[in-house]
Amino acid sequence: MPPAEAAATAAATPVRSGTLSTLSRQRIRSAWVFLAPMLVVLASVAAYPLYRTIWFSFTDASLDLISEARWVGFRNYLEYVDYGNGQGEYFGLLADARWWRSVWNTIWFATVSVSFETLFGLIIALVLNEQFRGRGLVRAAVLIPWAIPTIVSAKMWAWMMHDQFGILNDILLRLYLISEPVAWTASADTAMIAVLIVDIWKTTPFMALLILAGLQMVPNDIYEAARLDGIHPFRVFRKVTLPLIMPAVLVAVVFRALDALRVFDIVYVLTPNTDATRTMSVYARENLFDYDQFAYGSAASTLLFLVIALITISFIRLSRMDLEGKEE
Amino acid sequence: MTARRWLTRAGFYALVVVIIVQAIFPFYYAILTSLEDGQALFEVNYLPAALDFSNYASMLTSGVFGRQILNSVFVAAVVVVISLFLAVTASYALSRIRFRGRGLLLLTILSVSMFPQIAVLAGLFEVIRTLGLFNSLWSLVFSYMIFTLPFTVWVLTTFMRNLPIEIEEAAIMDGAPPFTIIRRVFLPIMWPAMVTTGLLAFIHAWNEFLFALTFLSTDTQRTVPVAIALISGRSEFEVPWGNIMAASVVVTLPLVILVLIFQRRIVSGLTAGAVKG
Repeated sequence: MPPAEAAATAAATPVRSGTLSTLSRQRIRSAWVFLAPMLVVLASVAAYPLYRTIWFSFTDASLDLISEARWVGFRNYLEYVDYGNGQGEYFGLLADARWWRSVWNTIWFATVSVSFETLFGLIIALVLNEQFRGRGLVRAAVLIPWAIPTIVSAKMWAWMMHDQFGILNDILLRLYLISEPVAWTASADTAMIAVLIVDIWKTTPFMALLILAGLQMVPNDIYEAARLDGIHPFRVFRKVTLPLIMPAVLVAVVFRALDALRVFDIVYVLTPNTDATRTMSVYARENLFDYDQFAYGSAASTLLFLVIALITISFIRLSRMDLEGKEE
Repeated sequence: MTARRWLTRAGFYALVVVIIVQAIFPFYYAILTSLEDGQALFEVNYLPAALDFSNYASMLTSGVFGRQILNSVFVAAVVVVISLFLAVTASYALSRIRFRGRGLLLLTILSVSMFPQIAVLAGLFEVIRTLGLFNSLWSLVFSYMIFTLPFTVWVLTTFMRNLPIEIEEAAIMDGAPPFTIIRRVFLPIMWPAMVTTGLLAFIHAWNEFLFALTFLSTDTQRTVPVAIALISGRSEFEVPWGNIMAASVVVTLPLVILVLIFQRRIVSGLTAGAVKG
């Protein structure tokens, strides 16, 4: 605990054990008064809607008859329908091939995009960590993809990836990398690649900035010492820099992975309505609002929430985040 | 300079050029396309070939695009003001006053920022319909709190926690009520952190798509991301790419300028949220 913090505690609670002073009791009361509005808002935009979504997933709610939803148990998730002649069939989300396809798409998307973003982010961060003329320009340029709204990025790239008039095909044809124009967003083989390209382009800057912040905390004299000892820069990077920035990289990876698992905008705008790229979020929204399967969509939302909650909880556990501000 | 060092240097600068070009080119190309019309659109140009503002003129004069920009400005601005107000008072309590359950509370708030938006979509839809906010801009102001509040509270709490006790000691001893302490002592020194978080909240609200797509149903109410996403031609072959690019440039240019002006603050704000943990 730093001295200032210790003093704060002492000032706020002059009597450590036993009864609290009037002053600190007053302050604690006002703390709750200050917190109340924010907590009420968060409860009504997050906690209650989440509870309702989960509840809907166990009902037969439909878009127009939300209030008349009735409890149906696990039917939206899994139900065995016996045809009475010794045969039967499973229905529900867990027996839906389209759902599993979208789960797979989401995991594939998250894994590939986060891997490339980490790699490219690391490279850009290492470049930005060097002293060279024009560094400010590079940093400014790198921020641009981040600043562009996701929808706009998707549209910009959709135009660049246009099968007939797109500049991407033109560039690749000129470089003899492809022999005929590719229908990037329209063909099932390349749709996921198109989505990945846009996401990696757009989100690498965020990764680079987080890793750069980690890099800047590495003290300079370490490099100085390594240079004097004549150690090869690559070895310094592998043995010194990488272990030191690993925590920052891991935090960035987890943040990005959680973000990638709920991807919606890019897929919805760039490649609408194709099995090749439909992610869990897109699947859930389609069912909620387009196919009038409100309860079924809620079940999909609930499962996605569970996946993300599990990852978040285990991450917070593993990293033992400093929430009280006790350590420094 | 040895040949090897020279090669390393050349390689480094080649990498720098690649980084700059890949970052800037798509936006450059969008601007270039937005200035072309008719047949010029369908020829691939790498350098500006035309300077035709007709796409901008048709976007801004016909239809409701101007109205939609105002919608976006309104939503983003109100979201920033409300979330900053709620977050400043809450962060004061979370950072300067010790009480039981503080860590758990902070953890809960942080975990809300991890919520996938889709997980609350069905429930929020019901809440918004019940409140009679469907197809009103207030539905967005309300629902955007789910991502602006946790982030703002988190960053401001971290910021306030690092301020020394001395700054409020005298005020506490004088018996000033906490609200006065926030207003007189903290607000004057907090504006850098508030500019950063406010800016990030503004950008987030400006760009949001899923809620805006779901809670608004008429053209005049829509915000720009949804408006751009829904521009379409009569068929797949008549997509008005020139108009789409003009609209994209109009909504992106202010953002890019804002980000470039405040780049230092934004970088520190982005990393404060993540690395401090």
